[in-house]
Amino acid sequence: MKLFTLKMPLVLSAAIATAAGLADAASAETLRLLTWGGYAPENVVAMFEKETGITVEVTKSNNEEMIAKLRATGGGGFDLAQPSQDRIAGPQEEFGIYKPIDLSKIDASLFIPSMLEATKANTTVGGEVYGVPHVWGTSGLVVDTAKAGMVRDYTDLCGDAVAGKVSYRLKRPTLIGFAFAMGLDPFAAYGDEAAYKQVIDQVEAKLIACKPGVKTYWGGGDELMGLMRSGEVVASMAWDTGGWKLNADNPDITFVAPASGALGWIDTFALPKKTKAEDAAYQWINFVMRPDIAAMITEAAGNFTASKGADEFVSAELKARYQASFPPEAVDNIKWYPPVPAGLEVIEGAALDRVKAAN
Amino acid sequence: MRAQSRLGLFLLLTPLLLWLTLLIVIPHIDMLLVSLRERVGVGEYRTSLANYLTFLTEPLYLWTFLRTALMSVLATALTLLIAFPVSYYIAKIAKGRVQSALFLLCLVPFWVSELVRTFGWMILLRETGVFSGLLQWAGLVDGPVEMLYNDVAMMVGLVYTSMLFMVVPLVTTLESLDDSVIEAGYDLGGSGPSILREIVIPHAMPGIVSGCIVVFMLSLGNYLTPTMLGGKESLWFTELIYSQFIVRFNWELGAAFGFMLLLLSSVIVWAVLRLTGQTLEKTMG
Repeated sequence: MKLFTLKMPLVLSAAIATAAGLADAASAETLRLLTWGGYAPENVVAMFEKETGITVEVTKSNNEEMIAKLRATGGGGFDLAQPSQDRIAGPQEEFGIYKPIDLSKIDASLFIPSMLEATKANTTVGGEVYGVPHVWGTSGLVVDTAKAGMVRDYTDLCGDAVAGKVSYRLKRPTLIGFAFAMGLDPFAAYGDEAAYKQVIDQVEAKLIACKPGVKTYWGGGDELMGLMRSGEVVASMAWDTGGWKLNADNPDITFVAPASGALGWIDTFALPKKTKAEDAAYQWINFVMRPDIAAMITEAAGNFTASKGADEFVSAELKARYQASFPPEAVDNIKWYPPVPAGLEVIEGAALDRVKAAN
Repeated sequence: MRAQSRLGLFLLLTPLLLWLTLLIVIPHIDMLLVSLRERVGVGEYRTSLANYLTFLTEPLYLWTFLRTALMSVLATALTLLIAFPVSYYIAKIAKGRVQSALFLLCLVPFWVSELVRTFGWMILLRETGVFSGLLQWAGLVDGPVEMLYNDVAMMVGLVYTSMLFMVVPLVTTLESLDDSVIEAGYDLGGSGPSILREIVIPHAMPGIVSGCIVVFMLSLGNYLTPTMLGGKESLWFTELIYSQFIVRFNWELGAAFGFMLLLLSSVIVWAVLRLTGQTLEKTMG
C-alpha cells in the first residue's frame, strides 16, 4: 500500500510529463499556414523543413475566406495567416481573431523599412501591432494591346469598341477602381459611412450602365486566364501577376497600370488568436523574408516582397515585365488601400448584389 | 428478451440520433439564433427581427428568392418531361442487357464530380467551344456564337445534373406496373394516350412526386451550376447566402436567408403533396 501511494504520483507525473512533451513536440513541429496560392512554394517549404524540422501545412485561401474561417473558430485552426494589410484592423475590432505580434521576435533588418512602418501603422489596434508585410502587388487592367489598346483606365472597359469582350470581378477592388477612374476618392470617404455610400451609389449606377458590355464577371484567376487566352475577352480588371503570366504566353497581352492609378495591396503575416505554434510562426517569417528565399517566392507568386535586397535575386525576365508595366510615375501613382473600417462591407455588398441582379 | 431487443433498437438508433442532433438540429438552432441577431455597433449585437425585415423590404432579395423558386420549378418540370419517356423505355420496352446498359448510361455521368460535369458543359457551350466551332464548320453561322452565361445554359446544366434523381424513382415504380394491366387497357378499347393518362401515370404517381421533390430540392440548393453557367445574368439565392457569409461577413443576414430558403422549400413540397394528393410516407416509403 505504501509503495503504491509512493509510486503513484511518480508514475502519474511521469505520464503527464511525457504526454505534455509529446503534445509540445507535436504542435511545435507543425506550422499550419493559411495563405495565398504561390506564397509558400514547395521548394521553400522543403528548405524550411530541412533547416528547422518543422512541418508546414499549407492551406490556400483568399482574404474573405481567411477572415470567415478564423471567425468561425474564434481565431483557431491555423498558426499563421496572411490577410491583406487593409483587412486586419476592421475584423480585429469586430471579431477579435488575431493576436498581437511580438516585434522583438522579428528581424526588422530583413524588411524594407518604409513598407514595414506603413503596415505596422495600418494594422495597429489599441496600441498593438497585428501585422507585418510580406508580399505586395497591384491590381489594374490586363489588356490585349493588339485588340484593345485604347483601354487605359477602368472606365474604358465600358467603351463601345470593347463591348461584349470585357470582364471584371464583382468585388470591392472593382468598386474602388471605378470610383477613382470616375474622379471620386473612396478612400477619403472611408471614415464617413454616408459619404462612402454616395460614392458607392455613383459607382453602382456606372456598373449597371456598363453591364450590357460585360461578357461575364470572373470569379477566380483561372477563369480569367481562360477567358483572356481564348481571346473571348480582350480587356479585364486583374492583378499584375495575372497579366505578366499571360504576357509570357502571348506578348500582346500585358498588365497596364490604369491612368487613375493602380490599386496597391500588401499581404501580411498575422497571428491567429489561438495559434499553437507561435515560435514556428516567427521562425517562418524570419526565414521567408531572407532575400534569397523571398526571391524564390517572387518567382512562384509573381509578386515582389517586402524583403530588403531580394530584387537582386529575381530573374531579369520578371524585372523587365515589371518595369514595362510600371514606369516610375505609375509607381508613384499607386493607390495603397487604407484599412477598411468595420461596416463598410455591408454597403459595398448591397451595391454589388444590385449590380449582379440588374438587367 | 424484450429488454434486450429494446436495448438493441436503442443501440441501432444511436448513430442516427447522434447524426440528427449533432449535425442537423443543433446547427440549425444555432443558425436560428444567429439570424435573430442584429449588429448595432463594432462587436455589439442585440436580438431583433431586423434581418428578416431587410429580406422583406429589399426588392432585390425577394426578387431573387422568387426567381430561384420559379426556375427550380421549371427545371423540375423539364426534368420530368425528359425523364419520363426515358424511364418508360428502360422499365417497359428495353429488356435484359439493353435495359441494364441504358440504366448504366444514365449513371455514368455521375461517376465524375459535379464540378467536372459543369466544366464539360462550359467547354461545349463557350464562344470558342465545341458547339460554336461545329456550327461555324457546318456553315450555319458566320461568327462565333456565345451560348454560355445565360439562363438557358443554366437550365441545361440543372436538368442534366438532376436527371438521374428523376430516372431512378420512375424506373422503380414503372417496373412494378404489371404489363397485363396495360394489355387489359388495350383489350378494353383504350388508346395510347388514354392508357397513359388512366393507368401508367396514376400508378407512377408516387415515383413522379418523389422524383420531383428530390430534383426540386437539388435545383433550389444548387450553387455550382447557376454560378458557373449562368454568368453575369443569373443571381441564384444560394449565391446570395454564400456572399453574405463569406464575402460580406454578414452571418446574421446569411442565416436569415438560409431560414427563408428552408421555409420556401418546405412550403413548396407541402403544396405539391397536397395538390397531388400524395403523402410523404407513400412517396418516400
